[in-house]
Amino acid sequence: MAYEKRLDGRKLDETRPIEAKTGVIERADGSAMFKIGDTIAYAAVYGPRELYPRFMQDPEKGIIRVNYNMMPFSGSGDRIRPGPNRRAKEISMVIEKALLSVVDLDKFPNSVVDIFIELPQTDAGTRCAGICASAMALADAGIVMKDLVSSVAVGSVDSTVVADLSYDEEAYDGVVSDIPIAILPNTEEIVLLQMDGEISKENLLKAVKLGKKVCKDIYKIQKKAIKEKYELKGESKKESASSGKGGDKNE
Amino acid sequence: MSKLLTKDKEVVVPGEHLAEGMDYLPGAGTYREGEKIISSVLGLTRIEGRAIKLIPLSGKYLPKRGDMIIGRVFEIAFSGWRIDTESAYQAMLNMREATSDFIPKGANLTKYFDFGDYIVCKITNVTSQNLIDITMKGPGLRKLKGGRVIKVNCHKVPRIIGKKGSMVSMIKKATDCKIIVGQNGVIWLQGEDPKMELLAVKTIKKIEKEAHINGLTDRIKKYLEKETGKKIETDRGEQ
Amino acid sequence: MNEELRNHIINLLNKGVRLDGRKPLEYRKPVDIKYDFSKSAEGSARVQIGETVVIAGVKLATQEPYPDSPEEGCLMVNAELLPISNPEFETGPPGIDAIEISRVVDRGIRESKAIDMKKLCVEKGEKVWSVMIDICPLNDAGNLFDISALSALAALKNTKFPKTDKEGTIDYKNKTDKSLSLDKQTVSVTVCKIGDHLIVDPITEEEKVIDARMTIATDQNQNLCAMQKGGDSPLTEEEISKMVDIGVKKCDELRKAL
Repeated sequence: MAYEKRLDGRKLDETRPIEAKTGVIERADGSAMFKIGDTIAYAAVYGPRELYPRFMQDPEKGIIRVNYNMMPFSGSGDRIRPGPNRRAKEISMVIEKALLSVVDLDKFPNSVVDIFIELPQTDAGTRCAGICASAMALADAGIVMKDLVSSVAVGSVDSTVVADLSYDEEAYDGVVSDIPIAILPNTEEIVLLQMDGEISKENLLKAVKLGKKVCKDIYKIQKKAIKEKYELKGESKKESASSGKGGDKNE
Repeated sequence: MSKLLTKDKEVVVPGEHLAEGMDYLPGAGTYREGEKIISSVLGLTRIEGRAIKLIPLSGKYLPKRGDMIIGRVFEIAFSGWRIDTESAYQAMLNMREATSDFIPKGANLTKYFDFGDYIVCKITNVTSQNLIDITMKGPGLRKLKGGRVIKVNCHKVPRIIGKKGSMVSMIKKATDCKIIVGQNGVIWLQGEDPKMELLAVKTIKKIEKEAHINGLTDRIKKYLEKETGKKIETDRGEQ
Repeated sequence: MNEELRNHIINLLNKGVRLDGRKPLEYRKPVDIKYDFSKSAEGSARVQIGETVVIAGVKLATQEPYPDSPEEGCLMVNAELLPISNPEFETGPPGIDAIEISRVVDRGIRESKAIDMKKLCVEKGEKVWSVMIDICPLNDAGNLFDISALSALAALKNTKFPKTDKEGTIDYKNKTDKSLSLDKQTVSVTVCKIGDHLIVDPITEEEKVIDARMTIATDQNQNLCAMQKGGDSPLTEEEISKMVDIGVKKCDELRKAL
């Protein structure tokens, strides 16, 4: 039986509603929130800062360190014991590799950029939301990057290729595959790909193609959100508009 | 055919195509990939003839020789003090550079600079591994007494200081506060009237937030006039 | 410790103001509470005071009761000082600062009997509900003590029992209309001593220079339910008396936000 109508009524290539914002954690050097459906990811960037222990330092360039964490009450079932588990460690590692492909820390030897990802509420696609938030937070922190990173989960439900699977779809009683992917929007290079479930090669390639398309839409949302922080709101805007064209040239 | 894909003073994120074709030159904060010039940092575009560069909007301070910064003593070593510089690297203040007084061997170094003290110092050397040497010998370099220290985005420091120091002297005049702005984004303030000191802090925070938007000087002047109820004279002659 | 910062804060307090312009006994405004912040929790809240943001979530599960209280449910409070919220926090198991917050929030809720633990009994000696509260700061701009306690109570207030089937298996995807039986509105206020001055709701800079602090938890009837003295300096009986008065008054103010 083909899966034609999605459980929540979305089109096959349609994501759940997305919200994104930067500058959400005041103490961090850069931060962002990325919400897709009921999955919420916060990311904060601290650094470049001094790296200890010293043996981890790279005298050629700075390194990045990702820490992905689900809040204990954010899972779909029982409370999650706090602290790193095998799943969180692996996800942190794959996110780190995805982000490493864009950041340039040549000017910061021996230093570290720490990226902390926290999820207060989840409904599938957490690592993808984490990557989207992290890329925005890195840009917000002024880290030199050759591109952003955009990410979404694609997959197949009973041989139908869909974008942004929800938890209910992942748990669908049928043949399901879940494929989180992340791309560099400019070059369309793939920097994260994982798959679990069952899928034909033909559908895999179809899914990857769909993933790229959806990532490009997500990229637009990320870009807009990063810029929004620098738009004036309210009173200052009026003042700015009325203060004439001359501007000031003192740089 | 070369084509410009952005305009002057636009906010761009890393990875945006700014221009196509070999007629344009990639400046700071951009890189070339084949025909394209692409941004590599969140910044404000500056187009100067054929060169496209970006003024970064955020990011940690990168230590530069000759910069006057404000640092905090966090460790006392055998031959001097380790200073937190609000960058990815700490600085070393050697005994010889600390004072013109003779410091006898084995002296208690906390007598000169104690843990937590803030100092105005100058960077004398930065190595390829970003080891920073600083000195206290020079006009205005000293330990800060009293007052408070705030931290701002170091990329906004030029706007906070203003052309020939015009912005910071306007704030000083309006609020009657002493203000020292370190290139690393650490700022020291001290005022007799707590309200005015707080106003100086708020003004600096406002500049930090709005530095990239046209009409900053006028906006800040109006803001200070409104908050203090005083008319502010600015040295228009300079411009 | 930064002596100069401390002196400056005391100088300002001598003139009756603080670094951010507040009066000594003034809380930051507004106290913003968003309920149901995490749908995956049985109850949750996001509390923001000033720039400090804390998310608390409640999970419910069934378990065997403790032998000494076969008819009572269980309560667990856990606070983590997440490194996302403060550049000085590190990854790893909770340190003593996080444990202290957990314990003080726990005592406030437990000792005030905020939750009717008997009503959490499913089958005497066999099965009871356990209430697990996790406190996760997102941005620490000072006063995690009080804001953690407030977020925990807000999350409890928001809690709904999940559905269970005949065998007692919990269906976490579906909630019932049944709330926790919350008898008390316990909140806490920490009064800090800097020099000869007492302040509430400290920001980060103030926290760095306090001599002593006293956390006071009260219920809506102004009963004292839990206290904790912290900081390195001793306090006199008179000071404690003053701190309690301030704490009780400020708890009442804070409770209005719930």
